[in-house]
Amino acid sequence: MRGNILEYLENTAADHPGNVAFEGEFSRVTFAELLSAARSVGSALAGRGVSGAVAVWIPKSPETIAAFLGVLYAGAPYCPLDDDMPAARVAMILEKLRPRVIIADASHRDKLSAMGWRGEVLDYAEAARAEVDETALSAIRARRIDTDAAFIVFTSGSTGVPKGVVGTHRAVIGYIDALTDILDINSDTVFGNQTPLYVDACLKDIITTLKTGARCVFLPKGLFMFPARLIEFMESRGVNTICWVAYALVIVSSAGALATPPKSLRTIAFGSEVLPAKHLTAWRAAFPSARFFNLYGPTEVTGISVWHEVKRDYAPGEAIPIGKPFPNYGAFLVKNGAEVTEPGREGYIHLRGAAVSPGYYRDAERTSKSFIQNPLRGDYPEIVYNTGDIGKYNADGDLVYVCRDDFQIKRRGYRVELTEIERIAAAADGVKAVACVYSAEGDRLTLFYVGDGDERSVRRTLRSALPPYMNPNEVRRLAEMPLTGNQKTDRLALAALVQ
Amino acid sequence: MDELQTIINILLRLHPDEDFENNAALIDGSVLDSFDILSIIAEINDEFGVSIPPNEIIPENFNSAAALADLVHRLDD
Repeated sequence: MRGNILEYLENTAADHPGNVAFEGEFSRVTFAELLSAARSVGSALAGRGVSGAVAVWIPKSPETIAAFLGVLYAGAPYCPLDDDMPAARVAMILEKLRPRVIIADASHRDKLSAMGWRGEVLDYAEAARAEVDETALSAIRARRIDTDAAFIVFTSGSTGVPKGVVGTHRAVIGYIDALTDILDINSDTVFGNQTPLYVDACLKDIITTLKTGARCVFLPKGLFMFPARLIEFMESRGVNTICWVAYALVIVSSAGALATPPKSLRTIAFGSEVLPAKHLTAWRAAFPSARFFNLYGPTEVTGISVWHEVKRDYAPGEAIPIGKPFPNYGAFLVKNGAEVTEPGREGYIHLRGAAVSPGYYRDAERTSKSFIQNPLRGDYPEIVYNTGDIGKYNADGDLVYVCRDDFQIKRRGYRVELTEIERIAAAADGVKAVACVYSAEGDRLTLFYVGDGDERSVRRTLRSALPPYMNPNEVRRLAEMPLTGNQKTDRLALAALVQ
Repeated sequence: MDELQTIINILLRLHPDEDFENNAALIDGSVLDSFDILSIIAEINDEFGVSIPPNEIIPENFNSAAALADLVHRLDD
């Protein structure tokens, strides 16, 4: 029985030591090299007596993965930081996380000191050369169990403060074992990784590579601006499998780059948001023999929980089903405390099983709101996750995502709470009322406000606190905020202003 | 309004604080991202009725407002 993610690495390093595991723009590592670097990093951390969460701030590269795994060798969960996060957001995360040590490369060590970070920063290059302390690593491993935390990733929080979602070894192992079977991943697989390492979406490529001995090529982010070149690059690296956010597929098909599809591609999985039907059609036409998968799941259930193999085209506006839960996962719909099973009727999607996160890091209040007693079970405790997504069953018994009833949106594959953007804007000088609206059509995020502050300074405030995908396309000052009959912000009226 | 000014206006809608008249490193200097490129392609299509083929979606054509204006001019012919 597997109880630790590191067993994936150790088994694969024994079976395929010389195979390339991860390939970045500037470096690549084999499984044996990865194992060795991770054990050194783990020893360096163990020597410092680290046991709590460790933040890692290294640009996406094979070294970042070695640092994550090194933290696991130290028996601690890792928390990724990224250049997409402005300094104010990194500071907010660090305040919540309070890591004893941050592993960073030279440039981020400087950045941290410029930010006034006073804790210890461990230089990655130095840690990766540290002598392996076999005794310490064995002692740490002997005390670990599969319900221990493996990582903490931060996601948008409606109160204005990001939430740290805890992922356990057990959750990741159950998830990756199921995903490997569903997508048929093996040592011939070559992933073209698109997702950033600071979101749970990357587990699909990263951990699956560790488990199977596949190869994972980090696609340079800049190539997504120039899809024809991206396609050439994928072809040159023999990429045959992609697990991308739906928006990345849209970029490629919108640019017309599917005219010369890479012949090697055979598995195309997408998720994180709804893929518009016309883009699915374009991709299926370009890759008639590839298998397509629609994947659904929130960070709070450690990644993907529900899947559907897409075998036909869909009419414009027709929803591609999200499908059925992974083996040993539960998905069900609840409306007014009762289960909804009848096709076509809507309910809140709830998820249950070992992949459900223990909750948010140092945040009991928000944990208790979303991680709740199974509303269908009164006789013994069972914590399930209420996604807040509204879904329904189609006639085939497949789940279909319908919408949300709050202010959470998906933008460019990222989960965004509009109220988090509003809270940041409201704190800017000369801003009274604020409201943020999003139009998926044309991907337009608009922030309206009332007050004396000028638009430029409000924009600057937002940029200094929020990652690019949370920044509005437009910041617009209004003389007054439109209100509904019962004095709430009239979001429909605002949406009409954007048209 | 000439092509260049129209293009500058398209770019200003994406990044209101940027100096698009002079900045010739929009890609090399990481001013634009993949979302911007998609928006620019769509807006150029709307404004000029010109669709940019995939083999023209390359860094050299997006590095400055002037390069984009040249591209539109070339494709329009």
